Amino acid sequence: MRTLEQTTDEILTLAATHFKVSRAELTPDDDFFKKLGIDSLQALDLLSRLENHFGVELPDYEIQGVTDFRTLASRIQSRL
Amino acid sequence: MLDLKNYDSLGAALRDALERWPDEVCLIEADRDREKCRLTYGQFKEAALPLAAALQEVGFAAGDGSASLSTSRAAIIMTNQSKWLISAYAIFYCGGVLVPLDYKLTPEEHLALLAHSKARVLIVEYHLWRAITQAEGFPQLSAETVLVTEAPPGAELAGARRWEEFRGSGMPQFIPRGRKDMASIVYSSGTGGRPKGCVMTHGNYLEQCMALTALYPFWPGVRYLSILPTNHAIDFMVGFIGPFTCGAAVVHLRTLRPEYVREAFPRYKITYMSLVPLVLKNLEKGLRARFAELPPHKKLVFDALVAFNRALTRRRPNLALSRRLLRQVHQAFGGEVRALFVGGAFTEPATLQFFYDLGIPVANGYGLTEAGTAVTLNDFNPFRPDTVGKPLPGMEVRIVNPAPDGIGEVAVRSKTVMSHYLDDPEMTAETIVDGWLITGDLGRMDATGHLQLFGRKKNMIVTQEGKNIYPEDIETAFEGLPVKEFCVFAAHYLWPERTMVGEQLMIVLRLEAGQEMSQALRADLAARNRRLLNYKRISGYVLWELDFPRTASLKIKRAVLAEQIGQQLTRASVVPL
Repeated sequence: MRTLEQTTDEILTLAATHFKVSRAELTPDDDFFKKLGIDSLQALDLLSRLENHFGVELPDYEIQGVTDFRTLASRIQSRL
Repeated sequence: MLDLKNYDSLGAALRDALERWPDEVCLIEADRDREKCRLTYGQFKEAALPLAAALQEVGFAAGDGSASLSTSRAAIIMTNQSKWLISAYAIFYCGGVLVPLDYKLTPEEHLALLAHSKARVLIVEYHLWRAITQAEGFPQLSAETVLVTEAPPGAELAGARRWEEFRGSGMPQFIPRGRKDMASIVYSSGTGGRPKGCVMTHGNYLEQCMALTALYPFWPGVRYLSILPTNHAIDFMVGFIGPFTCGAAVVHLRTLRPEYVREAFPRYKITYMSLVPLVLKNLEKGLRARFAELPPHKKLVFDALVAFNRALTRRRPNLALSRRLLRQVHQAFGGEVRALFVGGAFTEPATLQFFYDLGIPVANGYGLTEAGTAVTLNDFNPFRPDTVGKPLPGMEVRIVNPAPDGIGEVAVRSKTVMSHYLDDPEMTAETIVDGWLITGDLGRMDATGHLQLFGRKKNMIVTQEGKNIYPEDIETAFEGLPVKEFCVFAAHYLWPERTMVGEQLMIVLRLEAGQEMSQALRADLAARNRRLLNYKRISGYVLWELDFPRTASLKIKRAVLAEQIGQQLTRASVVPL
């Protein structure tokens, strides 16, 4: 079972790879919309990739209002 | 379709539709690639009438009183799904007034609008209800009956009842309403301060439906893909009232994930769909990427076919021809698409042209909640992507105080224009003048009767997702900021620009005497900004060195302040956040 820190770290790595930014530039408290320069549909796209990676399913409403990696990680962690 | 001229209310029209097409499918609900339910008009009726009966048993919309009584108001807070429409029909059947709220609002915003609307009944999805019950203002919730959908077994419902079990016995009484009676209260803004509850009448909706279906007809067998929330004026009309009064079907997709939206087209043989520019751009991006992957020789042939299609459909669309010429593209869309509707925000002409050249007409339009749904719509006769189309039947559009170049404020008069703003005669009088709805948008009518938009006169922005953001509504996020005073504006309100793209919000800060814009203050500002939903955030700030002009009751005179700032500062003064 992953820890929340491991989950967060994997999310940051996946986001960095997918949106072609340096992993070192991302921190758990970053606003992913701003840091990755993405819109709400791209955020859903990221969520789909995270679901595939972690083998979980999150309804769209679960990330409504979520803007930082740490909260996103906790939502995923609760379903692992 | 039903002849809506003969009807006085949505309830009566929908009731006849359910009787007329009992065996036609009216609703399909899918979550990702899983179909969750499929209902015929007959089954829809069987689901709705026991709900109406139960509502009447708890006294909802009782007696023959006016539908404007708050005892007859029921709010719905749900994502787009079958229970939304079933509940709305039950409310209309009882002669009630529907209050459709945006499920994306915060629990505090939901509570504020519920209080303002004085809704007696609330119908809400479980996860949204759970958030509302945890909000600080929950004890003040005014709704007497709360129905919660899809609550897990054993869930704590905080006094609410399960929608699925809320069923009355016996036949409910149909309560007729008139065309001038209130049908709904739709909030166009005002979550942070002064709610703008647009009171729509049954006549407004019936007239709008007739106008839209005259241009884009529905019939049994047509399938409309619904991804916009049903509380949105567009989806309420073209994803509920329009198809239902024509015997067509609505497909609810409970996700906006692009991959499932794409898959839904061929799976359900979609005919029409409404979307906002952001989703349309995403579809365009996906298609362009696929075209770019074609081997060079196939790409050459494909480009030639697109050019050929464009030449042959220059004057008007020819679906049969386009489907033959560009078979694979149309197959990816299910082969049945007649048109996509895009609205809620400005759409770039190049995007519209891209789809048109593929033989997939995207009808862009212009509308606002206060005017019903759509005021103008492109009819492709001919295709004019540089405009938002011509006024729909029954709509009068004029340009108020036009400049020499013909650009002025757009005003609308029609039977679809709202009755008034709920409990706000002052704002109603400012907005509807001598029967004309003053829109706050800048436009020009060209010689062929097409409307072109050039920007906004009013202090608000519209996002690519079709969200209207009013500066006053987000100011609460900055309350407590350690400055003397502040005010949020749409940048174009201070520095007018004739463009519909790149709209931004910014905050004007007046610091205390001797105070400086410190790192700490900047961090505080940024942190508060982050707490706003991403599309509501300000993009920068300016410092202002004079006290804000205020009324006797100490409200900021926004227009006066805007004029002063606009004259003394430039856009370059805005410091990005």
